[in-house]
Amino acid sequence: MSGQTLYDKLWMDHLVEERDDGTSLIYIDRHLLHEVTSPQAFEGLRLAGRNLWRRDSNLAVPDHNVPTDLTERQGGIEGIVDATSQLQVQTLEDNCVDFNVKQIPINDERQGIVHVVGPEQGATLPGMTIVCGDSHTSTHGALGSLAHGIGTSEVEHVLATQCLVQTKMKNMRIDIFGSLQAGVTAKDVALAVIGQIGTAGGSGYAIEFAGQVVRSLSMEGRMTLCNMSIEAGARMGMIAVDSITIDYVRGRPYAPKGELWERAVKSWKKLCSDNDAIFEREIRIDGASIEPQVTWGTSPEMVLPIVGRLPSPEDATDSTKKEAIRRALEYMDLAPGTPVSDIPVDRVFIGSCTNSRIEDLRQAAQIIKGRNIAASVKQALVVPGSGIVKTQAEAEGLDKIFLAAGMEWRAPGCSMCLGMNSDTLGDGEHCASTSNRNFEGRQGFGGRTHLVSPAMAAAAAVTGYFTDVREFLGSDSI
Amino acid sequence: MRSFEVEIGIVAPMDRANVDTDLIIPKQFLKAIGRSGFGAYLFDSIRYMDEGQPGQDCTGRPLNKEFPLNQIRYKNASILLARENFGCGSSREHAPWALEDFGFRCIIAPSFADIFYNNCFKNGLLPVVLSSEVVETLFQKMYAEEGFRLVIDLENEIVKSIDGVTEIPFEVDSFRRKCLLEGLDEIDLTLKSKDRIREYEDLKKQNSPWLFQSNT
Repeated sequence: MSGQTLYDKLWMDHLVEERDDGTSLIYIDRHLLHEVTSPQAFEGLRLAGRNLWRRDSNLAVPDHNVPTDLTERQGGIEGIVDATSQLQVQTLEDNCVDFNVKQIPINDERQGIVHVVGPEQGATLPGMTIVCGDSHTSTHGALGSLAHGIGTSEVEHVLATQCLVQTKMKNMRIDIFGSLQAGVTAKDVALAVIGQIGTAGGSGYAIEFAGQVVRSLSMEGRMTLCNMSIEAGARMGMIAVDSITIDYVRGRPYAPKGELWERAVKSWKKLCSDNDAIFEREIRIDGASIEPQVTWGTSPEMVLPIVGRLPSPEDATDSTKKEAIRRALEYMDLAPGTPVSDIPVDRVFIGSCTNSRIEDLRQAAQIIKGRNIAASVKQALVVPGSGIVKTQAEAEGLDKIFLAAGMEWRAPGCSMCLGMNSDTLGDGEHCASTSNRNFEGRQGFGGRTHLVSPAMAAAAAVTGYFTDVREFLGSDSI
Repeated sequence: MRSFEVEIGIVAPMDRANVDTDLIIPKQFLKAIGRSGFGAYLFDSIRYMDEGQPGQDCTGRPLNKEFPLNQIRYKNASILLARENFGCGSSREHAPWALEDFGFRCIIAPSFADIFYNNCFKNGLLPVVLSSEVVETLFQKMYAEEGFRLVIDLENEIVKSIDGVTEIPFEVDSFRRKCLLEGLDEIDLTLKSKDRIREYEDLKKQNSPWLFQSNT
């Protein structure tokens, strides 16, 4: 019998029951909630007269709707200007009180984007099954956990039963070998992977990221990579546990302590794929071949190296792809053959569950330090992923660097990644964004999103055009 | 949940690949705390010429006349014909809520994004996977014939032409098929295994007690 993959091990460890119809009941250790996808689930429980199966598995935090403007934010829930946003955040608070769910409130220092908060608090632990009504739950797989997004019906299902009815996915390993060039980050790796396998490439698979490049990444970088598994079509991405994982978890508020910690670490060390494990699909990418990436279109797979030129519909072989390129160029108001470095930038957004952790902010600050944003750039937002990240960045003086350059330093939240609060793009504006989706209208009606790393976003802020960050690097590489 | 047995309906096109959930229902409508009323805002950013707001009455809004769902020939369509990777992007269940509320009961595509596919079944909406070639043929037939209809038979897992001459088989896993056919409540089904869940928890508390620490 061949060995098990990491995914196989996590699956078997949470298998409650296998049924004759091919489905399985999988136990969920941690359930994270936010204000957008939970209200209808709590309402469903009320209507059916059901209660929570296990209260202490749940942790809630408002993030999508919260204002990031420091003044508006001071008013707490009552201070939220948009009445529908306010009602949604208030509803989360009310539901958490009614069902006795632990909530990190809006102006608690620990508040932030749910996928930043979970690992930061140690609420995300290796070996756990973790779900949340948000597709970027794949982020938590970076800690060697089985983590994926669910819809609201499943949020209700987990609240009521602590389980999900699942069918096992196939295994895919993406091996990124060698090492990265200076100036190339986890975000560029994620975009390069999506460029290679496409936005449906991981459909039906659980992805394990492996190889020397992945082993060398910090936890922050690993989270960026796993975060964008969903943009590659896979609900979940994961990385084997090593000393970097364990060092990251140690001492966090929800992490086990003392004798329990020792027992936990012993079990976590087994969380890797066996040498003879079988993957149905394997991809190998040379880390050294990856250049800083910029998306040019309306799907994350429409991505090019900074040195590239935009494609033409004629480059595609089938009619659906031709039409997709034509439509994307039209929406983005860009011509075939344009060099990526000729695309102007109106706004810059550094933040989101993909790139708002301390390392991301340090990378952006390193580029922006001592420089100013270009006159043509209307706004450059820096939105830390949590209050803890914000405090840390301020302790390091990063906020001063951003402010001195003409950037805005904000309170934590999802912000312009999806513009559910007032941080949005104007019609037709191009944005250098460290978020994860460049869909039509994602960041605002008619807005044009280009996905990049934090360092590339900072470089674009300085020049007003997409610019190869490697031109900015001195002796200190990123 | 609303059950699904057989649907006979007009077919409407969504003729592009990688239709994402932001396109199906833009983010401003996700601020609602209820489950209904999303149909008026389905495909809002390409269906109307202006930017919609939650709670807005859409009757006076300027329509994009190019958009198929605004055309009289696709009026009352209940089957949506789509391309690869339909429903990619976020996990928002508002996407199937909007499709269902608009009047769709079935979506046919060569492939679906995993989370969206799963969400459909919770809402009486049947996603049917057919090969790219078959989907292409259906697109051609639909464009050629005004009022083109299909029969979707979940019990027998067959898509049929309206004259019954052509039958195209499809597959749905037996659990989802049963739940949809009978409109079953999945939570009730899972709670039938509650003793088994308790046993699992008891064992896990012994082996991995750190997973059961109290958070408060």
